[in-house]
Amino acid sequence: MYNIDQIRADFPIFKRIENGKPIVYLDSAASAQKPQCVLDKMTDVYQNSYANVHRSEYLLADEITTLYENARERIQNFISASSSHEIIFTRNATESINLVANTWGLENLQKDDVILVSEAEHHANLTPWQIVAQKTGAKLKVFKISDTGNFLQEEFEKSLKDNVKLVAVTAMSNVLGTIFPIRQIIQKAHQVGAKVLVDACQGVVHQKTDVQDLDCDFLAFSGHKLYGPTGIGVLYIKSEISKDMPPYQTGGDMVDTVTYEKTTYALPPARFEAGTPAIVEAIGLGEAVSYLSKIGMENISSYEKELLTYFNQKANELPHFKIIGTAKNKGGVISFDYKGIHPQDLSFILSHENVAIRVGHHCAEPLVHRMGYSSIARASFGMYTLKEDIDLFFKALLKADRFF
Amino acid sequence: MENIETLSDNFSFLESWEDKYQYLLDLGEKLEPLDTCFQTDEFKVTGCQSQVWLVPEIKDGKFYFKATSDAMMVRGIIYVLKAIYNGKSIHEIKNIEVEKIFATLGLEGHLSSSRRNGMLSMVEKIRLYAIKAEAQQQ
Repeated sequence: MYNIDQIRADFPIFKRIENGKPIVYLDSAASAQKPQCVLDKMTDVYQNSYANVHRSEYLLADEITTLYENARERIQNFISASSSHEIIFTRNATESINLVANTWGLENLQKDDVILVSEAEHHANLTPWQIVAQKTGAKLKVFKISDTGNFLQEEFEKSLKDNVKLVAVTAMSNVLGTIFPIRQIIQKAHQVGAKVLVDACQGVVHQKTDVQDLDCDFLAFSGHKLYGPTGIGVLYIKSEISKDMPPYQTGGDMVDTVTYEKTTYALPPARFEAGTPAIVEAIGLGEAVSYLSKIGMENISSYEKELLTYFNQKANELPHFKIIGTAKNKGGVISFDYKGIHPQDLSFILSHENVAIRVGHHCAEPLVHRMGYSSIARASFGMYTLKEDIDLFFKALLKADRFF
Repeated sequence: MENIETLSDNFSFLESWEDKYQYLLDLGEKLEPLDTCFQTDEFKVTGCQSQVWLVPEIKDGKFYFKATSDAMMVRGIIYVLKAIYNGKSIHEIKNIEVEKIFATLGLEGHLSSSRRNGMLSMVEKIRLYAIKAEAQQQ
């Protein structure tokens, strides 16, 4: 049983009332709110166990190193990695992808190799590959999705030639909500010898992720979308690949031995975590994934499907409401058009009713253009979204009728 | 076209955000259309949530601009900006405290920071143009 009232109560921000109205937060795909346990954990660490990690033996240093490494293990379990050494802490998913591009990418990609991405990629999983392509002479190719936002098996397979060395693909589109059949994509890509990087920023939030079952080579996500703090991201790298990868940045905490002539680098994950990391944020994220595991990702996933069905019903009743992206398999991310009203005008009206949505190109400009828009309005759910939020969203939307 | 003092008076009679917004939309409706030949990258203002094109010019030592946007409320804001800037000398342009003027219109509180940034991108473009024009004169 999914106890939504209890879950809602775990998120203190929803106690806030503004102009007598609750906050209707439909922008979780941009960043999620934080449960009390994450905030408490971080405060507790700062108040009672704070020091730097991996450097000293004294009580506080020992405690915080244990907490930090325990967070890594929690994330390992959360995505079912085979070892905690496969979990690298970064600043965010963008840094995770840039890390792969600048280490594995520059080392392994050559002239005329192909990097294959989907039409639905966020800029973070597009621009790093453009730069790697420029530097190495590799080519960046894009496989098409359907006009409704569905993954097209034949388009993907048509693009998947022997010269494809990397497939970089999102698990779930941040604009259309489409859930990509990642497991199938990875299987096919491996058949031609390509490695696969999964942008799991949305995917990991809305469904159970098992990197061993997926057999992915790299998987990136951000902490702040996963109910954790900002400033912390995760990069999963399969250990057989990471052992041969050069470091991204160099400095403290990532070396084996250093002399003026030569430095040897530590084994992963330390090799990729130069300098003092976002210690408390990592611990906060560890707490967030434990919270999610306790509730169960499958339960969250089916609750969000229920919300999506409810939203679609309400949307169908409303003339001139068009959902952009109606893939068969989709999660709680809904881009929409209402009466052709510009998203900026819509969001202005909604924000006066305390309804938070996102407008713009959602850092996926080519995709927004491909769908025929220059700007799109998007509502997105979190584990705490109520059906009442959806009611209030539609109620606020009807206010637009007064003006347009 | 009304001058900024008239617009300011009109806004001051409106109390609710709905009425102010409606008035802004009405002003946007009155905005002269911008020829599509100007709706190009050259004239595009970046940093806005909507698409904005702005074409500045100097006529008889005075500054004028025309602009449009695909968002209705931005067209209204452009109308207000035209009342503020058009016909001013290029020396005057950089001393205009546009945020203060918007605050007196009672619009400030209705512009979120990202919208303010969008508006300020237009203002920035106008200011830069004026500064360049001034430098060329000297």
